[in-house]
Amino acid sequence: MGQTDMTSSDHWAGPAIETAGLVKTFGDNRAVDGVDLRIEAGTVYGLLGPNGAGKTTTVRMLATLLRPDGGEAHVFGHDVVREADRVRSRVSLTGQYASVDEDLTGTENLVLLARLTGHSKKASYNRAAQLLEAFGLSEAAGRQVKNYSGGMRRRIDIAASILNTPDLLFLDEPTTGLDPRSRNQVWEIIRAVVAQGTTVLLTTQYLDEADQLASRIAVIDKGKVIAEGTKGDLKASVGAGAVHVRLRDAHQRPEAERLLRQALDADVQLEPDPVALTARVGNGSSNGSGAAEKASRALAELAHAGITVDNFALGQPSLDEVFLALTGSTEHVHPKSQTQTQTKEATA
Amino acid sequence: MSTATQTTETTDLAPVRTESLAELLVATERPPRPNALQTSLTFGWRAMLKIKHVPEQLFDVTAFPIMMVLMYTYLFGGALAGSPSEYIQYLLPGILVMSVTMITMYTGLAVNIDIEKGVFDRFRSLPIWRPSTMVGYLLGDAVRYTLASIVMLTVGLIMGFRPDGGFSGVVAGVVLLIIFCFAFSWVWTMVGLLMRTEKGVMSVSMMVLFPLTFLSDIFVRPETMPGWLQAFVNNNPITHVSSAVRELMAGSWPADSIAWTLGWAAVFVAVLGPVTMRLYNRK
Repeated sequence: MGQTDMTSSDHWAGPAIETAGLVKTFGDNRAVDGVDLRIEAGTVYGLLGPNGAGKTTTVRMLATLLRPDGGEAHVFGHDVVREADRVRSRVSLTGQYASVDEDLTGTENLVLLARLTGHSKKASYNRAAQLLEAFGLSEAAGRQVKNYSGGMRRRIDIAASILNTPDLLFLDEPTTGLDPRSRNQVWEIIRAVVAQGTTVLLTTQYLDEADQLASRIAVIDKGKVIAEGTKGDLKASVGAGAVHVRLRDAHQRPEAERLLRQALDADVQLEPDPVALTARVGNGSSNGSGAAEKASRALAELAHAGITVDNFALGQPSLDEVFLALTGSTEHVHPKSQTQTQTKEATA
Repeated sequence: MSTATQTTETTDLAPVRTESLAELLVATERPPRPNALQTSLTFGWRAMLKIKHVPEQLFDVTAFPIMMVLMYTYLFGGALAGSPSEYIQYLLPGILVMSVTMITMYTGLAVNIDIEKGVFDRFRSLPIWRPSTMVGYLLGDAVRYTLASIVMLTVGLIMGFRPDGGFSGVVAGVVLLIIFCFAFSWVWTMVGLLMRTEKGVMSVSMMVLFPLTFLSDIFVRPETMPGWLQAFVNNNPITHVSSAVRELMAGSWPADSIAWTLGWAAVFVAVLGPVTMRLYNRK
C-alpha cells in the first residue's frame, strides 16, 4: 500500500495530489484557507474534520467541480484548472449525497456511466451486471435507486465510481448516516479498491474511520490544516482515549474512583450517572496498547476490592477530544462524533 | 427514507464479494473516449428512461395541448371566424406552436431539479464533451415535442382541421417547429442553471412565455392591432415560427418566415449555448 506504484498511461512518478495555498471563498467565508497537501500515489489519505471545516470544498476543487480562488492544485501532475479534462480522466468522485440518478434503476445507472466512458452497449451491460453481482446488488438491479436503502445507495454509488478503475478516488464522507453494519461493508469495499492500487482521498468526521482506512491524516478546521501526519503521530498528540466504567452499586463509586486513579495514573471524572466513571488515559504508546494494558490491570484491582463492574469500555479518543487537544475548543464539533465513538464501543 | 426500513433492508442485503470485486478492478484497457454525438445520445437515452419510469410527466405533452386546442377553438371560434371549424384552420398551427413552445419550459425545470442532486457532480467530473449533458435533455425533449405535436394534430383533425399542405406540409411544419424549440430550449437550460428554486424557474418561464406567445399572430392577424403592438408582434420570433408553420401546413413555401425562424434558432444556440455552458462549468 505504501509504495508508489503507478501503472498509468502517462508515467507520473510524483505524488497523486499536491496542493499549495489552496483557497476558496464563498462571500465573506473563507471555506478553504490556504491548504497544502501532498498525497502519495497508492495510499489512503484521510481528511478529518467537523461539518463545515472545508473538507468537501477541498475535494470538489480537486475533482474539478469548483474553481479555486487562490493557490494551486495538481492531480497526477495535471493542473486542476488548466488541465481539468486530463484530471477528469483519472479521477472519480463519490459525493456526500448519492451521485447516481434516483429515477433510474441500478443497472441503468451503471450502464449510463459505462456508455459515457466509451464502453460498447454489450460491454456496458456486462460490466454493470458484474459490478452489481460483486456489490451484492443483483436482486435490486432492476429497482429504481430511490427505493434503495442507505447502505445500498452507498454501494451503487461506489460501484459507479470504480466502474473504470480510477487512479484516484474521492470519497466524501462515505459512511455518514449508515448503520454500523453497512459502515463495515463500505470499509471492506474501500480496502478492496485500495488493494488494486487506487489512491483514495477520504473525508470523514469520524476518527475511527480515518483510523481504520487511512495511512496519513490531515485534520482540517475552519479551512486550515491544523495537524498532519501518520495515524500514530496524530494519536500520540491526543492520547489513547478514555476508559468508561459502569458499576453495579453507586455506593462503591468513591472507592472505585480512588482505585482507578491509582492504577491508571490519570484523572477520573464522575459522570452525571451515579454509577459511571470515566478516566482519560494519558499519552501511552501511539497504538493504545499501553492504555489497554493499564486498563485491564485497573479492572483487576476493582475486582480484587470486591467492586462489581457492570460494563466497561476502552474508547478511542473522539473527534471532540482530538479537537480539544489540537485547538483547545470543541464548540464547533458536530455532536454526532460522540455517538459514533459509543457505537464503536457497543459493537466491540 | 425512514431509518426503520433502512435497517431491515440492510440486514437482508447480500454481502459484498471482495474477491470478485478485486477481479473487476484489475485495470483493463480503457475503451476509447466517446465522441460528442455518442455522449449526447447517451444522455438522450437517460431522458427516455426518465419518461419510462415517470410516465406522469407526459401529462404536459398530452392533456395540456388537448385542452389548449379545445378551449381556444370553441372560445374564440365563433366570434373571430364565424364558426369553430373555420377558425381551427387558422388557429391549429399557431396553437401547436404555442403549446410546444410552452412545454419547452419543462427543460428548465428538469435542469433545475437535477442540478441540486449529486448525479450532476458525477456528470461534471466525467471526461466528456461538456455540453452533452444539456444536449441530452434537449434530445429527450424533442421526443416530447413530437409527441405533443402528434396528439394535437390528431385532435385537430378530429375537430375538422383540413390542411391543404397534406401530410408532407404538416410534417415539414412540425419539423421546423421542433428545430426552433430545440434551439429555444437553451433559454431554459440557462434559466434552470441561474435560478435557485423550481419556483423561480416557473415564474420566470411564465413571465417570458405568456407575452411571447400571446403577443403574436397565433390567435388573430396583427392588422387590427395598434401600430406599436404590431411592431412587437411582427418582430416576435413566435410570430415568425407560427407564420412559417401555418403556411407550410397550408401547402405554400414561406421562405421569409422559414429563414427568420432558422435565423432565430441559430441565434439562440450561438448566444445561449455558450452562456449555459459557462454557468454549467461555474456551478
